[in-house]
Amino acid sequence: MPSKNELWVFEVDLLLEAIFFRYGYDFRHYSRASLERRVENRLALSDLSSPSEMITKVLHEPAFFELFLKDMSITVTDMFRDPHVFRVIREVVFKQLRTYSRVNIWHAGCATGEEVYSMAIMLHEEGLLKRTRIYATDYNNRSLEVAQQGIYPVEKMQEFTANYHEAGGKGSLADYYQAKYEYAKINDIFNASITFANHNLVKDQVFAQMNLIVCRNVLIYFDQHLQDQVLTLFANSLVHRGYLVLGDKETLALSKVQDEFECVSYEQRIYRKLAKV
Amino acid sequence: MNNEFTASSQKYDAVVIGVSAGGLNALTTLLPKLPNDFPMPVIIVQHRASDSDNFLIEHLGRLSNLQVKEAEVGELAQAGFIYLAPANYHLLIERNRHFSLNVDPPVSYAIPSVDVLFYSAARCFGEQLIGVVLTGANSDGTQGLKEIKQLGGLTIVQQPETAQERYMPDAAIAETKVDYVLPLLQIGQLLTALAEGGVE
Repeated sequence: MPSKNELWVFEVDLLLEAIFFRYGYDFRHYSRASLERRVENRLALSDLSSPSEMITKVLHEPAFFELFLKDMSITVTDMFRDPHVFRVIREVVFKQLRTYSRVNIWHAGCATGEEVYSMAIMLHEEGLLKRTRIYATDYNNRSLEVAQQGIYPVEKMQEFTANYHEAGGKGSLADYYQAKYEYAKINDIFNASITFANHNLVKDQVFAQMNLIVCRNVLIYFDQHLQDQVLTLFANSLVHRGYLVLGDKETLALSKVQDEFECVSYEQRIYRKLAKV
Repeated sequence: MNNEFTASSQKYDAVVIGVSAGGLNALTTLLPKLPNDFPMPVIIVQHRASDSDNFLIEHLGRLSNLQVKEAEVGELAQAGFIYLAPANYHLLIERNRHFSLNVDPPVSYAIPSVDVLFYSAARCFGEQLIGVVLTGANSDGTQGLKEIKQLGGLTIVQQPETAQERYMPDAAIAETKVDYVLPLLQIGQLLTALAEGGVE
């Protein structure tokens, strides 16, 4: 007889198969411990007792699947999160980007967009915004809607402001948003430079040649197989000598593409694609 | 309280420790008690400020007989090491005993969260897991310890009267019928005895 634990694993496998079959979203190569925790939370919130019960609802109630999809994309993100990373992007990466007349930047897995606006603000302050197109993509349309609106809780602005200055901000963050009641809305001046679009890293392809790809704290949710697949997509999307910025705890070290990159700053996880031999 | 623990055949594969306010002192007391041949990984979630990472690891490393390091994504949890969760990430352990991290929302206002580690560790190690809750001023760890107990693991809580902050031990004890409630030094002795073949 399988143990309770083995039964649970089997049920979650079936749930992921059901989601893939019904909606085409493939979570089978996500890091399992994090995924199971989200399943567990959804069971508690929806008052269900097992993943098997979720399977029925997922198959027959698209609205329930939307809930699960939302569960899968809720992460912590801030403006200028890890300010030291943004500082190095500003000081080191921008110096190279300046040599191009047109610059493409891709925020892959942009979630609710805080880091996208952080980048746009830095580009603006460095006089690079006008020559730059920022592609901000996520597989979750709900997150993209929030990102596109650029409206955040006003109480977050204090922390964001501190981050902004630590990241080398040259003005005042308040210059870039309007506070109204409990919300802060990022100014429209960035809209013309940012394209928000749905892109699923698990199944979608290269869509433009990029000078810089920022994908922070997305790969930690994937297993090694899926990480390799996504990193290959990034390698194929970057121009020669293009930059890749990963999350603080993510690395190319064990990946299939590690030989295609050099490390610009290990502490900040900034990599640069080598020129083709 | 009895200091002598007699041997049994129970074998454990990992120790997980959750600790919050007062943790620096508690870990400074507890960790040096573990011998250099302690035969299983020790995995710790300590709530702390993000900029204190290196200090904590170096400080505990100097005092400990085991190697102290930050847990890294994809790293295999091994005997001989004491692993600390990095600041601002939840630490989890996969069933293949490799670490993973995530940036899910805080749990009990905490990231890293003790509950998150304990849940995943319970799934990974089942009956071969020892869960320990030490001093702290919130209830993180309570649900995780309950899960460890439910999946057959051994549960230990610092005696609340001896904790710098008793809220976390009290909360854990209130929710779970824990196996041992002990002062820090005896937790060290117990872990060592369990490692050497267990305790009746």
